Amino acid sequence: MKDMVTKEPLIQVRDLSVGFTGRAGHTLPVLRNIDLAVRRGESLGLVGESGSGKSTLALAMMGYLKRGLRVIGGGTHFAGLDMFTLSRKELEGIRGGRLALIPQNSGQSLTPTLKIGAQLSEALRLHSKLPEAEHSARVVQLLEQVRLPDPSAIAGRYPHELSGGQQQRAAIAMALAGEPEALLLDEPTTGLDVTTQAHILELLRDLAAETGMAMVYVSHDLGAIARVCDRVVVMYAGEAVLEGPVREVLRNPAHPYARGLLASIPKLTDARLPMALEGRPPPPGKAGDGCAFVDRCAIATDVCRTSRPALATVPSGARVRCHHADRADSLPTRSPADADPRVIAEDAILSLGDLSISYARPGFLDQILGRKPATTPTVDGITIELEKGETLGLVGESGSGKSTILKAVAGLLPPAGGRIELAGDGVLPPLVDTRRPDQLRRVQLIFQNPDESLNPRQTIAEILAQPLKLYFGLSGEALRQRIEDLLESVRLGAHYMDRLPSQLSGGEKQRVAVARAFAAEPDLVLCDEVTSALDVSVQAAVLDLLDQLRRSRNTAYVFVSHDLAVVRALSDRVAVLYQGRLCEIGPAAAVYAAPSHPYTEVLLGAVLEPDPDTVPTLSAADIVELSPPARGCPFQRRCPRKIGPQCDTETPPWQDDGHGHAIRCHIPREAL
Amino acid sequence: MAVASTNARPSVASRFLGVIADITSRPSGAIGLALVTFHLFLAIFGPWLAPYDYKAVDANLMMQAPSGAHWFGTDHLGRDTFSRTLLGGREAILVTGIATPIAVLWGGFVGIFFGLVGGRLDDVLMRVVDAFLSLPWILKMLVLIVTFGTGIEVLIPTLAFFYGIPVIRIARAATHDVVARDFIQAARARGHGRMTIIQRELLPNVRDALLVEGAMRWSWMLLAFSSLSFLGFGVSPPTPDWGLMIADARGFMSFAPWGVLAPVIGLSSLIIGINLTADALAKALGIDRAQKAPV
Amino acid sequence: MLRMLIRRLALGAITVFLVSLIIFAGVEILPGDACTAFLEREAQGQLLENCRQELGLNRPATERYLEWAAGAVTGDLGVSANGQKQITELVGYRLRNTLLLASCAMLAGIPLALFLGVVAALWRDRMVDLTISTIAIGAMTIPEFVSATLLILIFSVWLGWIPGIVLTSANAPISEFFPEIFLPMMVLTFVMTAHILRTVRSSVIEAMASDYAQMATLKGVPYWRIVFRHVLPNALLPAINVVALTIAWLLGGVVVIETVFNYPGLGRMMIDSISDRDLPVTQAIALIIASVYVGVNLAADLLTMIANPRLRTLHMRKG
Repeated sequence: MKDMVTKEPLIQVRDLSVGFTGRAGHTLPVLRNIDLAVRRGESLGLVGESGSGKSTLALAMMGYLKRGLRVIGGGTHFAGLDMFTLSRKELEGIRGGRLALIPQNSGQSLTPTLKIGAQLSEALRLHSKLPEAEHSARVVQLLEQVRLPDPSAIAGRYPHELSGGQQQRAAIAMALAGEPEALLLDEPTTGLDVTTQAHILELLRDLAAETGMAMVYVSHDLGAIARVCDRVVVMYAGEAVLEGPVREVLRNPAHPYARGLLASIPKLTDARLPMALEGRPPPPGKAGDGCAFVDRCAIATDVCRTSRPALATVPSGARVRCHHADRADSLPTRSPADADPRVIAEDAILSLGDLSISYARPGFLDQILGRKPATTPTVDGITIELEKGETLGLVGESGSGKSTILKAVAGLLPPAGGRIELAGDGVLPPLVDTRRPDQLRRVQLIFQNPDESLNPRQTIAEILAQPLKLYFGLSGEALRQRIEDLLESVRLGAHYMDRLPSQLSGGEKQRVAVARAFAAEPDLVLCDEVTSALDVSVQAAVLDLLDQLRRSRNTAYVFVSHDLAVVRALSDRVAVLYQGRLCEIGPAAAVYAAPSHPYTEVLLGAVLEPDPDTVPTLSAADIVELSPPARGCPFQRRCPRKIGPQCDTETPPWQDDGHGHAIRCHIPREAL
Repeated sequence: MAVASTNARPSVASRFLGVIADITSRPSGAIGLALVTFHLFLAIFGPWLAPYDYKAVDANLMMQAPSGAHWFGTDHLGRDTFSRTLLGGREAILVTGIATPIAVLWGGFVGIFFGLVGGRLDDVLMRVVDAFLSLPWILKMLVLIVTFGTGIEVLIPTLAFFYGIPVIRIARAATHDVVARDFIQAARARGHGRMTIIQRELLPNVRDALLVEGAMRWSWMLLAFSSLSFLGFGVSPPTPDWGLMIADARGFMSFAPWGVLAPVIGLSSLIIGINLTADALAKALGIDRAQKAPV
Repeated sequence: MLRMLIRRLALGAITVFLVSLIIFAGVEILPGDACTAFLEREAQGQLLENCRQELGLNRPATERYLEWAAGAVTGDLGVSANGQKQITELVGYRLRNTLLLASCAMLAGIPLALFLGVVAALWRDRMVDLTISTIAIGAMTIPEFVSATLLILIFSVWLGWIPGIVLTSANAPISEFFPEIFLPMMVLTFVMTAHILRTVRSSVIEAMASDYAQMATLKGVPYWRIVFRHVLPNALLPAINVVALTIAWLLGGVVVIETVFNYPGLGRMMIDSISDRDLPVTQAIALIIASVYVGVNLAADLLTMIANPRLRTLHMRKG
């Protein structure tokens, strides 16, 4: 692969600035003076958080800008052609042919009314010299190349009939149809499950090696970048702040932002909390005359406020936009030290006994005949104990039933069987309507997306007042004081009180949601993917906040996430779920180490670390299962270590090590 | 910064002014609001502004062309068309102005209620609403008017009743949208009572949709009212009303077109004004109603 | 799919049944009946009693409803109150004439609306769009009797091109309605076009801004191919339901238009029957119009289901 890298750049972006006209008539830049080159056969990563301009830059390389945006300076060339001066006809010839895009969300980027086959042969018609008659054979061949099972059947399906991973593969096949020299990938694996993501990335690596295509890989995920890219550009507030070889950027970045970003990423091998990067990037047009990162930078000096640093080459060969690049290595890229261990009392707060939940509602006919549906429950046989002040991580891919369990504990979904017991209150009634106010107070739920969970028509003070009035009957000055304290405890000032949620950033909104849960002074907080909608630096801040709160109040958490590294950072114990059934449970360190359940092994193997030298192991196919099997082990259909018919027919036994680490598998513990 | 009380929210008055400012910041909204305000002004102060008595018949002045004395000419009974046009919207605005809020209130109430209850009862109600909607409005209205008369004591409840039915649908749909969102779930999980959830969490989010709906209902009700007048089932002579004036003047259109044109301009400008305002209001409140169907 | 079809048909049937109940109950609750209407001032004492006896109005309401509904299902709508004529006969030609008017308006209006809606969307915020959208708002908001009156003023009074009033009798052959049908048709087309084109415009704008349209652009698909192959099949789906609702609305709007132009259709007959308090005829017309409304909406739902692969597979999976 390396020997295909030649000197002449295939894509050359020169001093490109892109902006839009704001309300007051000023031009607000979203990209500022971008300079970069992509050589043939090379793979370049564009990394940054939301709003950093990375997608805009990738699309600009195709000569495309979203409605409202325009070039305010510089330009971009592809194979010597100035993309912003080409005619529409010339652009149509290049796009999808020599230069192809793989979009972020294939589910929405494939035309819903056209079959996959039709969309691929359209690409062939436009960009290949193959005679019409050979198109359908080529379509099947392309679908095969992206490792889709039964390609001729897939060609005859509509996009919505495919799973997310299959849609993404179809989009890759479409991009390959024109035999491109360069491929632009705009967050191609965002929103996919970890195993699917790992499979797609391996596919892309292999394709790049086979065909010698150049790739521009846009992502917020340094793990994915580490796996596929040779070189990385770090974007911040519309600027390229750091550019260099992938090892250099991920091991010892010379820019303060890149170091902070790296430190804020939770790592699978590291049980410590990631380090938060406080503050947020300036919005377009607000970067000022100095460095855009100055307000968040620990080593900033006066010169950083007054003059904008230029992109300069440092001794290591990287290019950095920083006045103090030489001092950057004083900043840590990992959390400095272990936090003090917390004391967890051996005193259960929550216990779930053989909990099962069924989404299947009886059909009309069943209702008339009074029959119960015979389907297998969505979630089954959940037995978990949680101690006071303990954090239990619940991990699993989408559809594993982890959020469903939280909803049942919170009383929003009726369990089909089993019991939910809260220490001191005994067995809880199934639904909120039948629980006592004090029982409700002790268990609080935080949702994934604060845009949905905060009422857009209420001010922050009103939102926080709800639980205070309801549970403690506070009013007047006492209420106001308490709200102020709560805001303080989540590091928001009293001046947030009269704002509406829409006036807050994503991280601030989630802090309000956290404050609202803690307003009830709960014993147990249920966290449902609470950091999934947030950027990684903001995620670190919220994780840190959750850690502080549990330390000061001895609150127990059930922390649900699909991200194994995040779970590792916060949890004392971890439970792994597949298809609504527990596979493994135990102390975090034990679960993340061998021996593990085959499914845990698959999950851990697929996680991408922000380190170019870790290689994921892909041991199971990334099939999406819609419902759990009726009998036997839930993982029977995908298990790479299946030993025989007992996996299909018998429920595997729990194998305990005597220290609370249990694995549910037919394979003897020693052999796992 | 001043310390605010815990219940402080952007007050209703300031939000109202904000919305008005947003509406007038769009040219179409500004024109619309100006037209509506102008018509409301005329409806209130018309009697003092009209230069002639609207019912003063003069056989010597029949079908006069517009002149300095009679700006819009005179009608077939020699009455001043300008004065009658000035006053021609009063009855319509009075009736629809009272009936619209009633329609939105009762339709909104029922819609929210059934949207929350859901299940079989909701299914049955939607069938009944569909059944009512499948009958043309004019038939429903006329049957009642022919039976009970054309006084405003009949027109107001009739309009309010029939125009509240489609509001049920809108309110129900808006309720369903809001109920599915997590903040309602969060309130349920905290254990708030049903009424509190409706009042604090649901209503503020459904209110805007109903407000826009109300503006639209108003314009359709005006259409219905003047159509009824035109057909002879509305305001009774000699009370001036645009619909009735158009019907009367139609016969003389070939030689006295001003008799038709004056009330046409009056009626159209009011309805266009309401529509432009409703459009701007929807945009100001962040609700797009371009997709809405004309029912 | 079949299961869905049956479900929709059943829902439609339930709606028509409910309409028939509402119509019947409405007439029952309101003061007066066919006899008081027919006899007018003489409606008292023995005369009234005889009449009621003769028409069977003394029987319980449920019995009369069942008889009426059973008749309606078999196509027998009863007899009119004042003329004692078969309603089916009275209504037949009127219904034909109204359907003629509505179909003419649809034939002209739907293609025009689709065309103008797409044009306005593709040239969004340009002069063409502003003109089309402004006229559409005008057409939607100005009452039909106003636009009808203005058209008569322009085309028959001032220009003298087309007669402003239809003088053809109700049972004349279709050919005799031309060219008189032209003005009422124009008014209907005008309003209908406005409603449909507004929906088409906004749904095309939305589809043009979609991820798949952007993807097609970045795949090098030529502009007009994107419009016709990627955008329009998706954007026109919601138009189907709006067309249906507009047709349903036409049935109400046509009443006023028929009256203005003296057009011998169902709408004018409805006004006459209400004024004459001929309740059996009113009931029959109401039932016909409601059935057409339900039928058109049902057809639109099915059409959307067939045209939208997403819905199609969804229902297949369920079924």
